[in-house]
Amino acid sequence: MNDTLANTEKKTAYILTLPAVAVVFAIILFPIFANIWISFKEVELKDIRIPEPRAKKIVKSISEEPSKIKILYKLRNSSLLQEIRDVSFRDKFPKNFEIEELDPRCNFKNSTLKCKFGNWPAKYRENFKVVFETNDGSQIDKKSLKSIKPKLKGTSDNILLNTNFTLKNFKKVLFENEFLDLLLTTFYYTFFGTVGSIIFGILTAQMVNQKFYGRTFMRSVLLFPYVAPVVALAYTWELLLDPNSGTLNSLLLNYQIIETPINLLGQKYIELNILGFDFKLRLALTTVIMFEIWRYFPLAFLFILARLQAIPKELYEAADVDGASPFQKFFKITLPQITAVISILFMIRFIWNFNKFEDVFLLTGGASGTRTLPINVYQQGFAISDIGMGSAVSIVIVVLLLMFMFFYFKLLGKRVDEN
Amino acid sequence: MRTKNTIIFSLISAFFLISLISIWKILATLQGLNINSFNIEVLFIFGFLISLAHISVGNKIKNIYKSIIFSLIFVLCDGYLIQKLPLWYNIGVFLILYFFNSKITKYNYVTLKEEHSTQVILFDFLTLFGILFFSFVILFPFYMMLVTSFKTQIALLVNPLDFSINFSQDLKDLFKSYFVIFKSYKFGKYILTSTIVSVGTVIITLLFAIPAAYAVARLNFFGKTFLSTSILIIYMFPAIVLVIPLYTIFSQLGLRNSIEGLLIVYTATTLPVAIYMLQGYFKSIPKELEEAAILDKLSWFGIITKIIIPLSIPAISSVALYVFMIAWNEFLFSLMFLDNPNSFTLSRAIQYLSGDAETPRQYLMAGSVIVTLPVLFIFVYFEKYLVSGLTAGSVKG
Repeated sequence: MNDTLANTEKKTAYILTLPAVAVVFAIILFPIFANIWISFKEVELKDIRIPEPRAKKIVKSISEEPSKIKILYKLRNSSLLQEIRDVSFRDKFPKNFEIEELDPRCNFKNSTLKCKFGNWPAKYRENFKVVFETNDGSQIDKKSLKSIKPKLKGTSDNILLNTNFTLKNFKKVLFENEFLDLLLTTFYYTFFGTVGSIIFGILTAQMVNQKFYGRTFMRSVLLFPYVAPVVALAYTWELLLDPNSGTLNSLLLNYQIIETPINLLGQKYIELNILGFDFKLRLALTTVIMFEIWRYFPLAFLFILARLQAIPKELYEAADVDGASPFQKFFKITLPQITAVISILFMIRFIWNFNKFEDVFLLTGGASGTRTLPINVYQQGFAISDIGMGSAVSIVIVVLLLMFMFFYFKLLGKRVDEN
Repeated sequence: MRTKNTIIFSLISAFFLISLISIWKILATLQGLNINSFNIEVLFIFGFLISLAHISVGNKIKNIYKSIIFSLIFVLCDGYLIQKLPLWYNIGVFLILYFFNSKITKYNYVTLKEEHSTQVILFDFLTLFGILFFSFVILFPFYMMLVTSFKTQIALLVNPLDFSINFSQDLKDLFKSYFVIFKSYKFGKYILTSTIVSVGTVIITLLFAIPAAYAVARLNFFGKTFLSTSILIIYMFPAIVLVIPLYTIFSQLGLRNSIEGLLIVYTATTLPVAIYMLQGYFKSIPKELEEAAILDKLSWFGIITKIIIPLSIPAISSVALYVFMIAWNEFLFSLMFLDNPNSFTLSRAIQYLSGDAETPRQYLMAGSVIVTLPVLFIFVYFEKYLVSGLTAGSVKG
């Protein structure tokens, strides 16, 4: 009895989870494997269209003989690269139609024209003509004749399905493509964006954790950048920072803080002189990182705030009795309490920032030294139309992320052991 | 010790005053006022003197009178330094000063003598400064987005700093950018597409997620732990990795440029979040209710529809709102899959609009306002539900 109950429970569980699992498998897990497959192939954007045999039907009446009609099919192979094999053709006609002359490749039976055209090489074109005559002399309706579409079928190789593999893509990614520079840019973007957003998160959480008028309102305002659509925010920032008419530059010029406008998103380097040391700052990259911090610190803020509110009040009361100063309380009580949450946040944000595409794409499009790995996936795959390369770059991203996670957990595990 | 603390207090509050007045000046400049300098030195001296005076006057005068007198003195001097500014500017300065004064009245010789008083003061003012700074930094872009959408190209060329809105003009002129993007750029259609896609994603996701979450939360089956851990892993998985294979597959299946294609992808990407959030809530529902239902010979379907769903309306609605926001804001997949303007979503349409360098920026901003408003509205209105869900580790970004 119990056994059957457990069995029905199992069965129900599988039925209930099946739809969700199926969708996730089809759209997330399967593409990951497909990605690995594609990354070992030489595929370009134009290759992924499946070659199709196509026919355009043109109906022409013959002026001297109203009972006859000429039909012209413009046949072609849609692909410029691949041949189509065993093309078959069929088209239906009204009952009273009789064919005048029959192409040797075709037969006409039960008012249906069937043809076997054999193999069509790439770029193949042919004008195929048929003449019909009505056997009862009735009027021919050209429109309805045209509305019946011919059906064509053929088999062709799908370039994605053959088993020609190559390591060329990975070689190109790792050795030709300024890989080190790309990696460094991605690392800067990810690391500083993550650290910055966590620092801002700590500051704001500490702030909102005090009591002041309008605190709940402040909490929702702080989350605005995180919940608003990235497209709107990126273009607003772009307008604010524009060198010619942007508000920021106009303001700085107005207050005579700068003499010439700064192109914050379009300038790769800016020379700075701090304490007598000259150094070059990657300006556009810094701006993009600023945007990233601005947009994502709310997540850190929320997590840390939730943790702060869970710290027992007694700890602070005890510290007050001992005469601890506010800074001592922050460094000795608050900070140790939130390290766990910070280490989780660091991992989550690091992974997500590493893959962040939209923000950089919308702000700079990857120009002026802001080309990160995800941007490169897009550029290789769609701007240069080399799908295989794009795939290979995204596989490199996954491998790097897995490595990061492996080392991070190892490090984290060690620290937990030590404590 | 007392003088040292007094001086430190005056310094800190002077800096706070500088930041208050500077932000006010920036906002006033953006209304077209001709202000060319912050006069930081003057502000600093005033802030310092006012704080010093506050401490030394102490309780001899009532706090309200003290605040009003100091504020008036400041306004008069400030008005003398930068002349020909309108009344509203000076009223604003007065209110800011009054606010500043009321903030510093709680400090006096007694509080300054307490232990760690400088640190306490620093902490208090840092909090105040933080509130000011973060509100400004966050709200400023949103404010600029809104006001730019009401300006015209010519007005912005004449004075790039004048963002004042002329309310005396016709409503038609005021909302001109909005009329244009609806008429010439078919934004009505894009709003419809975005709504269909987002609402559709919510419905399908909930339809799939509720049974799955119930199974994970309640039933025992082989592979349950594997399933619940893979939910989390998939949730972390980078979308950029899916783009190329999905693009190729969708191209071959003819799913690109179609709402169905977007619906499938959005559902798949939001399902893990939805299941994760829902199963957490389902676990908190007391089991006894279901046991009673099983005795009543209710089927699993009956349990879910008659017990679980009615009891978890708050959780389900917060998941629904999230999924809606994710789908509404989504950009990467809509960029990859849509290249026919007839099937654009709002985000994709704005990006397409910006691709044309000729597009005036107020149109772009009007579009941005349209795409932002629903999300912010939902967020502010349902904030309570959403924040608790967010900390449960939801919205992906």
